[in-house]
Amino acid sequence: MKQIIAIIKPFKLEDVRDALLRIGVYGMTISEVKGYGRQKGHTEIYRGAEYAVNFLPKVRIEIVVPADDADRVVETIAAAAKTGQIGDGKIFVAPIDHAMRIRTGETDAGAL
Amino acid sequence: MRVASLARAAVTAGALTVLTAAPALAQTAKIDPADTAWMIAATALVLMMSIPGLALFYAGMVRKKNVLATMAQTLAVTAVCSLLWAVVGYSLAFYGDGLALGTLGRLMLGGMTTMTISPFAPTIPEALFMIYQMTFAVITVALVAGSVADRMRFSTFMWFAALWLLVVYVPIAHWVWGGGFLYAAGVLDFAGGTVVHLNAGVAGLVAAVVIGARYGYGSDNFAPYDLALAVIGTGMLWVGWFGFNGGSALAANSRAVFAIVATHLAASTGAVTWMALEWWKRGKPSVLGMISGAVAGLGTITPASGFVEPWQGIVIGLAAGLICFWSCTWLKLACGYDDSLDVFGVHGVGGATGTLLTGVFAAPAVSGAAGLLAGNAQQVLIQLYAIAVTTVWSGIATFVLLKAIAAFGPLRVNKQNEIEGLDVTQHGEALQ
Repeated sequence: MKQIIAIIKPFKLEDVRDALLRIGVYGMTISEVKGYGRQKGHTEIYRGAEYAVNFLPKVRIEIVVPADDADRVVETIAAAAKTGQIGDGKIFVAPIDHAMRIRTGETDAGAL
Repeated sequence: MRVASLARAAVTAGALTVLTAAPALAQTAKIDPADTAWMIAATALVLMMSIPGLALFYAGMVRKKNVLATMAQTLAVTAVCSLLWAVVGYSLAFYGDGLALGTLGRLMLGGMTTMTISPFAPTIPEALFMIYQMTFAVITVALVAGSVADRMRFSTFMWFAALWLLVVYVPIAHWVWGGGFLYAAGVLDFAGGTVVHLNAGVAGLVAAVVIGARYGYGSDNFAPYDLALAVIGTGMLWVGWFGFNGGSALAANSRAVFAIVATHLAASTGAVTWMALEWWKRGKPSVLGMISGAVAGLGTITPASGFVEPWQGIVIGLAAGLICFWSCTWLKLACGYDDSLDVFGVHGVGGATGTLLTGVFAAPAVSGAAGLLAGNAQQVLIQLYAIAVTTVWSGIATFVLLKAIAAFGPLRVNKQNEIEGLDVTQHGEALQ
């Protein structure tokens, strides 16, 4: 099993979800996060006081899939989340040792 | 002054009414139903300016950890200062026409009946005049809190608020409106350019300097938590100002309407001016800029409304937008003081500007009072006199009060509490 973590622009969330549904990914967990990479931040001005805002709002998607599906999921997210502009985000893939569905007690592939 | 002596005679008459309860004198008080109805509504509008108007306006501009503490200041000031006003404030400000202070003749509102009137508002019940003026006292004290937001201890702030009401607000209200020496000198201040705005602004500046800048000022990010709250608050202030300025006519008449029209035009012009300046200088018109301009316009037209033609509200609103923008975005940074929510930059500078311009624009056709443009250059000097007296008294008394309170306990929270936030350290609550 693989965990895919994607940090994307918030307004791209619906596009990514639709694309993942089309390839048969039926579950995901998302959180609203803040961060920056090469995009850095931006400047806000309040009555003449300037503040550098380093952390920009992003959405973090977590999906766990069978190892064989990981590449396809990564490609799908990348295609759906891409705008070509700086700040599109990143995707990480990590191994998962074990999984369980709490309601039924099913484990590993059966729990996904 | 003729007006002053008339007022004096009326005060005496009012006092006689109380002492003898003579039916003949009581009948001279002709309560006008229309005036009374309008002033009840105006009183509610001005109270709404403080809670929730000013509470939202201020709370929206501080950081998330200080939102509740900022609201608590306005809320507590409303409650405490209302009580003090009824106990002694009203009596000292508006009962009796000594040059320096009124009398204790209305201590605990004693002697006030359903039949009594104030000489300053002869067509409405005295109790209505009292509570209308109470709402002004409340918002003036609450305004000061903005300059020391994010760092003042709640306990010392409450001592300061109570004492400041009695030592600073009450005397100045008496001098300008209650038959005191500025009233006798012929100062024109329709709804509080000196008494409310300049007064609060100067006190705010002094308090900000005495208490010192917030930890991290100039380096940390102090961006507002939720400007949407501030926009809602501004809307309530703006609408409430119809009661603030319109109600200052103390009657349901054309002068009240003129004041409301001038007020609305000044607020609109102030908002447009600030927006345009930011667009030009910063590339983007900010929401904070628009609401700042609107409040600047409202504060600046306050002394002039009721004395000027409605279109002159546009001129005064333009001046407000230009000067207050300069004081908030340049003057404050150049001088280096940390007036958290720009009480001085908006209300102090705006109040002084408006008080001066009242002496320029006062139109005899509106109220009988003439300014510079109507050939009465003397009025400008009288206005400057009132600005000087208000600034000196508010500045010195505020300084002395703060130093006196500091002898009993620290004015500001300790550094750790300031970093954690006032909500949780002062009130044991926090926004999640």
